[in-house]
Amino acid sequence: MNTANDVILNVNNLKKYYPVKHGLLQRQTMHVKAVDDISLQICQGETLGLVGESGCGKTTAARAILQLTPPTAGSVKLKGRELVGLNAKTLRDMRTEMQIIFQNPYSSLNPRMTIGQILTEPIRVHGIATNRKEAEGIALELLQRVGLSPYFVNRFPVEFSGGQRQRVGIARALSLNPYFVICDEPISSLDVSIQAQIVNLLRKLQRELDLTYLFISHDLSMVRYISDRIAVMYLGKIVEHGATKTVLHRPLHPYTQALWSAAPIADPAIEETRERIILTGDVPSPIDPPEGCNFCTRCPQVMAICRKEEPPLRELAPGHWVACHLY
Amino acid sequence: MHVTPLLQVENLTVRFYTKDGVVNAVNGISYTMQEGDILGLVGESGSGKSVSSMAMLRLIPEPPGKIESGSVRFDGEDLLQIKPSQIHRVRGRDIGVIFQDPMTSLNPVMPIGKQIAEAMQVNLGMASAKAMLESIDLLTRVGIPQADRRIRDYPHQFSGGMRQRVMIAMAISCHPRLLIADEPTTALDVTIQAQIIDLVKNLQKELSMAIIWITHDLGVIARLAERVNVMYGGTLVEMAPSKPLFSTPAHPYTLGLLSSLPSLDTDSDQDLSYINGSPPDMIHLPPGCPFWPRCSFRTKRCTQERPELVEVAEGHTSACWHTDRVLELHRSRSAEVAQ
Repeated sequence: MNTANDVILNVNNLKKYYPVKHGLLQRQTMHVKAVDDISLQICQGETLGLVGESGCGKTTAARAILQLTPPTAGSVKLKGRELVGLNAKTLRDMRTEMQIIFQNPYSSLNPRMTIGQILTEPIRVHGIATNRKEAEGIALELLQRVGLSPYFVNRFPVEFSGGQRQRVGIARALSLNPYFVICDEPISSLDVSIQAQIVNLLRKLQRELDLTYLFISHDLSMVRYISDRIAVMYLGKIVEHGATKTVLHRPLHPYTQALWSAAPIADPAIEETRERIILTGDVPSPIDPPEGCNFCTRCPQVMAICRKEEPPLRELAPGHWVACHLY
Repeated sequence: MHVTPLLQVENLTVRFYTKDGVVNAVNGISYTMQEGDILGLVGESGSGKSVSSMAMLRLIPEPPGKIESGSVRFDGEDLLQIKPSQIHRVRGRDIGVIFQDPMTSLNPVMPIGKQIAEAMQVNLGMASAKAMLESIDLLTRVGIPQADRRIRDYPHQFSGGMRQRVMIAMAISCHPRLLIADEPTTALDVTIQAQIIDLVKNLQKELSMAIIWITHDLGVIARLAERVNVMYGGTLVEMAPSKPLFSTPAHPYTLGLLSSLPSLDTDSDQDLSYINGSPPDMIHLPPGCPFWPRCSFRTKRCTQERPELVEVAEGHTSACWHTDRVLELHRSRSAEVAQ
C-alpha cells in the first residue's frame, strides 16, 4: 500500500538544538536538544498521530518540519522537495502546500482583524485571488466549509466562542488549499463538549480535500481515534512508532506502556480492574539528558546496558519500530 | 439512624456584578457529602464548579462577586454565616484546598518548608521548630526525595508535579476533614497526573478525609470518584454514584458528553457523536432548562420551566423533564446489544 510514491512527507535525522548561554561573555556552553534526531514518513491521505508529554519536542518538531524555525540538522522533504535551506521566497511559495492549525484559537487570531480579513490575508499575500471580490468569495466558501455562517465575515474574533475561533483557524489554514496540514493540539484548549465537533470537522475536511495530517496531541483517546499510525516521543526522540492498532494493543516500549496505562479511561468499570504502571520521578532536563537511553531514569525495566548505550530504533515487526534494549 | 452530614450545601446562589451584566455563576445548587466521601464535581469551564466550591470557603472576591443566598453547613455550622474574621478557623484547618496552578498559589519568595510550617504554626499553634520537622515529614509522605534538604528550596526550583505535591503537603498539613482539589492535575502531564491521583487516593485512605475533586476530565473522575455531581450552566444537572453515571447517564448533557468521547472500541470509520452549539453565556442564560438550546430531547416545556433534580434510581438524580426518554434509550440499546 505504502509505496515510495505515496510518501508526502519524509523527515530524516531532524535535529533542533537551542543554545544555552551562560556567564558574562554569553559563552555558549550547552544545548537544549529539543528535537534529537527524529525520522518519520507520512503517506498521502494518512494521519500520523504524534504523542508525548509537554516538553518532549512535539511542537518544536512541527515547527522545524514546516521551517518555521530552521532545523539544526537533518532533511525534510515534501513530495520529494527538500525544504531545509530553501531561501525565504521559495519557502513562502511552498507555504501554499503546507499549513498549520495552532493550539490556542485565542492567541492565534489577530484581535484587530475581521474574520474576513484573517481569511483573505493569505490569499492576498500569495496572489491567489485577482481582486477583492474574488478573495471575499473564497472567504465565504471557506466559512461554509468549516460550518460557520457567512454573516461572520465582518465580525471580530472576540465575538466568538473557542470552538468557533478554532473553526476560523482551520479555515485560515485551508485558505491556500494545502495538501499537508499539521494540527498542533487543535482541541486541547476547547471545552469537552466542543472537542468532538472539531475532530469530526477535521476528518470531514480530510475526506473532502484529501488532506494529509500530522496530528499532535497529548490526548491519547483522540489520537488513537483519528490516527492511522502513531509515533511516541520522549525527550526529543521517537521511541516507538507503528500502525495505531499495533502500538495501542501491543505497545512494546516501556514508556509507551506507561503512557497508555497513565491515561485515564472514562469508564469506572474498566478503571477499577486496569493494571497500572506508575512511573516514578520527572522527565529529565533536555539540557542534560541521561547517558544511554533517555528513559533509563524512569524505566521500570531498566538494565545495565540502558545506562551506557543508546538503543537504536529497530523494526521489530513489519512497520512497528521500537527503540529499546529489551528486544 | 440520622448522622449529620459532613457537608450540606443548600440552595447556594452566586452572582458576579460586572460591567457587561450580571453573571449567574451558580444558580441554587444543593448537595450533601458524608465523612470520607470522594466526590467528583464535573463541568466545563464557566459551569460554576469552581465558583461554587470557592464560595463555600468565602474565597470569591466581593465585589464583584456576591453570595446571594443559600447555606453551606460544615459539620452542622453554616460557613456563610461565620464572621469573616473567623473563617480562617475552618479554611486550611478543617478544609484544605489544592488549586490548579501551584506556581501562582505558592509564595515565590519564601522557602517551601517555611510555607508549609506557617500553616501549621497559625492553624495549630505549633512551635516553629516542630512545624519545620513536621514539614519534612509531610514532604516525604507526598513523595519528595531528600525532603530535609529541599525545605530550603523555593517554588521555582521544583517541577510542576513536585510543586503540586508541595501544595498537597500544605493542604493536608492540618489534617483536614475535607479536601477541595480544584483541577489539581489539569496543568500536569498524564504520567505525573497518574502519580498525583495515586498519591491522593492513598492519603485519603490513610487520613480518611472527604474529597471534592473538581475537573472537566471524565477519565480522571472514572479513576478516582465514588460519587459524581455534574454541573451545567451554574446548576447541578445530575448526581449519581460513579458507575451508574457512566453506564446509564440520565441527563441528556451527561449522555452527550460521554458519547462524544472516543472509547477503546469506537470504530474510527464512524464520526464521533457530539453536542450541538456552545456552552451558555452565563449573563444571558436561557429561561427554563440551561441545556435546552443544545438538547436533542427538548420540548416546549424545557424552554419555559426549569426542571428540578428528581430521583431516577437509588442515590441517582437528574434535572430533566425527559429523563424517562433518556433511560428508555439505554434500555433499547442494551436490548440491541443482547440480540
